Amino acid sequence: MSFDLLIVGVGGQGTILASNILGRASLEEGRSVRGAETHGMAQRGGSVECHVRIDGRFGPLVDPGTAELLIAFDLLEAVRYSHFLRPGGRVVTSTGVITPTSVFSQRLPMPTLDECLARLEPFSPLAIDAAALACEAGSELAQNVVLIGAASYLLPLKEGSLLAAIERSVPPKTVEVNRRAFELGRAAGAPSS
Amino acid sequence: MARQYLLGNEAIAHAALEGGVGFVAGYPGTPSSEVIDLLRARRPEGVHVEWSTNEKVAFENALAAAWCGVRALFTTKHVGLNVAADPLMTSGYTGVTGGFVVLSADDPFAHSSQNEQDSRLYAAMAGLPCLDPGTIEEAHAMLRDAFALSEEFGLPVLFRPTTRVCHSKADVELGPVPTERREPAFVRDPRQYVVIPAHTRVLHRRLNEKQADIRERLVTLGYNTGEIRGRRAVIAGGVAAAYVREVLPDEVSLMVIRAYPVDPEQLHCFCLEHEQVLVVEEGAPVIEDEVKKAAGCVSVLGKRSGHVPSEGELSAAIVRAALAKAGFVDEAGLAPPTPVEGLPPRPPILCAGCMHRAVFYAMKKVFKEGIFPSDIGCYTLGLQLGAVDTTICMGASITVGSGIAQTVGGDVVSTIGDSTFLHTGLPGLVNAVYNGADQVVVILDNRVTAMTGHQPNPTTGMRATGEESPKVSLEALCRACGVDWVETVDPYDMTGLIATLREARARKGVRVVIAKKPCVIVERRARVTRPRFEVDPSTCTGCRACLRFGCPALAFEEKQASITDLCSGCGVCASICPEGAIGKETRPPEKRAVPGGAA
Repeated sequence: MSFDLLIVGVGGQGTILASNILGRASLEEGRSVRGAETHGMAQRGGSVECHVRIDGRFGPLVDPGTAELLIAFDLLEAVRYSHFLRPGGRVVTSTGVITPTSVFSQRLPMPTLDECLARLEPFSPLAIDAAALACEAGSELAQNVVLIGAASYLLPLKEGSLLAAIERSVPPKTVEVNRRAFELGRAAGAPSS
Repeated sequence: MARQYLLGNEAIAHAALEGGVGFVAGYPGTPSSEVIDLLRARRPEGVHVEWSTNEKVAFENALAAAWCGVRALFTTKHVGLNVAADPLMTSGYTGVTGGFVVLSADDPFAHSSQNEQDSRLYAAMAGLPCLDPGTIEEAHAMLRDAFALSEEFGLPVLFRPTTRVCHSKADVELGPVPTERREPAFVRDPRQYVVIPAHTRVLHRRLNEKQADIRERLVTLGYNTGEIRGRRAVIAGGVAAAYVREVLPDEVSLMVIRAYPVDPEQLHCFCLEHEQVLVVEEGAPVIEDEVKKAAGCVSVLGKRSGHVPSEGELSAAIVRAALAKAGFVDEAGLAPPTPVEGLPPRPPILCAGCMHRAVFYAMKKVFKEGIFPSDIGCYTLGLQLGAVDTTICMGASITVGSGIAQTVGGDVVSTIGDSTFLHTGLPGLVNAVYNGADQVVVILDNRVTAMTGHQPNPTTGMRATGEESPKVSLEALCRACGVDWVETVDPYDMTGLIATLREARARKGVRVVIAKKPCVIVERRARVTRPRFEVDPSTCTGCRACLRFGCPALAFEEKQASITDLCSGCGVCASICPEGAIGKETRPPEKRAVPGGAA
């Protein structure tokens, strides 16, 4: 059986880099892995999803109702993709939200942070201020790595493999920032008991 | 070489190098673009890599290279094969000496396409072998070996990956890249390369005579394999085979089809061992129809019987449902949960500062009753702004505009990007002038093929592999077509843009407006910066006029507009605001509204 997860967000937030980190970490451990990504025009500020199947041997897609884990770079996107989770699956999400332009241009209702978190309640959401932690690490752009860190206790991958994969996936000049981002995220995601 | 986590298109690009490719040409199109993008970034020595102006141009370039004995690769998305269909259909007659792989990436579910056509049907029509990999590993190995297969039969080989192969990732082991290069030569042989009727009749017979050998060879190559495990069987092709494997019960037989034409004898023998066969494939019922012909009295289920969807893409869950419907498994399992309803949608949107938005806004202002045929590119997103009335295929904005103008008259304003204009827009413009159409053509000239990943084109001044090239002058081109009135405008200058469009409206005949500004993403990468804009809260009346512009950098909170960090400083909203409440930023940066900050 594979460990299936989704990484979701808004085009430009670095979901593909996050998927690469998980893929490379799987290879570090000699495990097979499958992924599916959104490419092309859909990335232009649109909702994007990456599917990752650690130990995957079949197709790259995760079916609704089957994912173990959802990592969301945007709280609204966490809600949008929550139906992919199996009962008892978990959500790790940023508390940040980019309000879709449709809310302003078409005057559509926008759920509040509390409403979003309430919708995620069946999946025991771990919601962290990824932007603040990324800034603390040294770059607002490191939010994706903060979230990987926060999700690391829920991933079937070793901390060392994730760190090695991060080093090989991010631009060389940003390795230190991203390592800090991972550690800050990991601390925020540490089980409280 | 160690295993790597690679995008399907990365594995395919590397496989082409492993297969000794010497010439690569294509036109960008999702999901195929990364194959050439990766090859051009790598700049392999002794390999010609180009982005051509359209797929027909690319195909013919690559075909000629293969005639010269070099191994050649042509890449396109499925609908681009329509543009290259003319040479494709006769390329089996002329054949090739160097291996020639025609990569046509299909897009089931039309993730980024105008239709769901199936390239396998083209291969059948052209009499060419077709390879249909179901996984990245298969795509890698089959593409690498396709050049030799092409040379063995002297025929182009159609290679058909789908979106979930091109844009999925897996752990793959890459192989070595040969360093020796072939000495190219064009050997004159008019009976082969000049397809006058007397020659082509002979060539057609030769092509037909090859078919039986191809079918047999594909069996011995092991591309189409069956395993008998019970009285019922699934026959699957392409990526669907992976979904089938995931959910297939142990007692159901499985045959996987990865190459065409399929040997009817192989199908016949497999079917006879079973009582019932379910065919699972994306796209057209290509395998299904072959199985039906070969199955005799064995019952064949699939798309035509309503067991497998005829549109869209498949998944493990859809295959499980098909198996249940066919009675191969007891039940389909629990109904999958449905998406949460009532969330504000987040479709792709034109970037903050995108010049297309400014042009659409001005067009709507000036041509209030206008009809707006458009084309294929980022600017198709102008649909959200009510400025796109038609889109059918590349280059059709001008021709559809002519047809509407000649039929109903009125203000007809076609929009087309620079790359699309050079792709297939140009003949339509010549035609419009020649036949006296009364229409406006707006060329959205951002100097790059943006939507597919910012590939350079003849307006960019750079070739695929980075060498400088002459910049084609769209103004001179349009004038040479016979257009008397050609005006170039800066789309950020809203006043000038509106004045130019008004002047165009007052004139007759074919009028061309070239709205010219580099793509904002390209500018950002080149570190071009402009001061951002801000809303003066003491002047903003909350009239929402700016929000109708639809820029993602505009927000509205507490009854007032605001501008977020996404602002790229185009300043168009400042010209739109009726109160003059928007101006260049004066606040210190930390006071800005932050998108993506805590809600």
